[in-house]
Amino acid sequence: MTNTKEKIHKFRQGDDFVLVDVNSGAVHLVDEMIYDIMDTFDGANDEAVIAKLSGKYDKAELSECMDELRQLIDEQMLFAPDIDVPPVFAQHGLVKSLCLMVAHDCNLRCKYCFGGTGEYSGVRQLMSAETGKAAVDYIINHCGARKHCEIDFFGGEPLMNMPMIKEVTEYVRQREKETGKQFKLTLTTNGLLLNEENRKWLNDNNISLVLSLDGRKEVHDNMRPDAGGNGTYDRCVANFKKMVDSRDGKDYFLRGTYTAENLDFTKDVMSMADEGFDVLSVEPVVLKDSPFGITEEHLPQIFAEYDKLTEEYLKRRAEGKGFFFFHFNMDLSNGPCVAKRLAGCGAGHEYFAVAANGDLYPCHQFVGRDGYKLGTVWTDVENKELPKKFRNAHVLNKEKCSNCWARFYCSGGCHANADLFHGDIYQPYEIGCELQKKRLECAIYVQAVMAREKEEA
Amino acid sequence: MKHIKTVNKPTLQKTLKTGGCGECQASCQSACKTSCTVGNQVCEK
Repeated sequence: MTNTKEKIHKFRQGDDFVLVDVNSGAVHLVDEMIYDIMDTFDGANDEAVIAKLSGKYDKAELSECMDELRQLIDEQMLFAPDIDVPPVFAQHGLVKSLCLMVAHDCNLRCKYCFGGTGEYSGVRQLMSAETGKAAVDYIINHCGARKHCEIDFFGGEPLMNMPMIKEVTEYVRQREKETGKQFKLTLTTNGLLLNEENRKWLNDNNISLVLSLDGRKEVHDNMRPDAGGNGTYDRCVANFKKMVDSRDGKDYFLRGTYTAENLDFTKDVMSMADEGFDVLSVEPVVLKDSPFGITEEHLPQIFAEYDKLTEEYLKRRAEGKGFFFFHFNMDLSNGPCVAKRLAGCGAGHEYFAVAANGDLYPCHQFVGRDGYKLGTVWTDVENKELPKKFRNAHVLNKEKCSNCWARFYCSGGCHANADLFHGDIYQPYEIGCELQKKRLECAIYVQAVMAREKEEA
Repeated sequence: MKHIKTVNKPTLQKTLKTGGCGECQASCQSACKTSCTVGNQVCEK
């Protein structure tokens, strides 16, 4: 049972005061008086509140505020009851989503690559079409009644294995007809091999794209050189523009990574927007013991940078030059159900990665890590304990998450990062938590401002 | 209300009894690949 302090979160952003009710998901824009009251108010201690704040505010107004707060309590939009594991959260996950490591090889040498520039702690290798097709059958055989399935062609650089991707996609479409399942196919690429033929094929086959670009030219060229050490920005941007134009700006994300070397990443987001892209994501690098990694000392600067990004995001939107930013997107009224918020990313129980040789891992980041091989696409999961462990690693079972205000938004963070820093998927990666909470405040604020504008329009 | 403006109609409590259909996208498949962010997804129902 959490206390009232753990049931809310409040923060200031811009000129506004925001109050979030954790267990209902209600978001309230409040005045400063309410904001101050919530330091003390527990629903029934009016006298204590008045004793603390009567020097600053009028007593009658304080009482009026608390009456309004009680109205929210009655409507279960403040101090809403604790959430327990719901019956709809099945004991076992159904695998509906696979990440295929179609190429453990890459034509770039990104300095921060978690895949070891493509080889994932192993040898450079391409996945065979036979393995890819076995993965398609695996998902169909393990997704139960679920209609929607997903496959992401990932690497390394997946376009280095186009013949296999084409053959597997053809097989997916055949199996869709046979089974009634519906597959969403995505492909994550660095763009170097996005020639006209590949562009046409990706469009004709409805493949959603994640295109990797790190923002400004100097930032991208520094972090993402090719195998010969040459910058790749100009080639990537030219290819991405053609790619995005050829699909009328639909079904893509332009995704970048920021590191300790570009903590002023608002400039990178704006650079991407200025190049004409409008579906963007820029995320922090996750590295341990690396000069590029994010450390605790960087946090104040990064928090200020997210404030700046929030302002710029709203400013551009007001000017009619808005863009979609992955981490600021949030549906406050129709977000995921509790079961989904517990399942999180699904790694290890609903979402697996398939290594080039057909080995199954909890997700793409775990590929090659000792102790995390689940089985193979042919033999199914052999390590039966791992999926249970991942399924149970939800926010209500993790000590650091169970009373965190962000628990139902972030869903406990990335297991691979927890393992990387602590060797334990039940111990979240703290820097990731801090960044996540800041991003969530910005996202909630952005959504609250947009909702208010809509109502006032 | 004079001091409070609620900006959404949250449904989280209601989904304790519903949901779990799993038809929504795996969060890591969309764009992130490094950070698990579920709160910014949309229910597909």
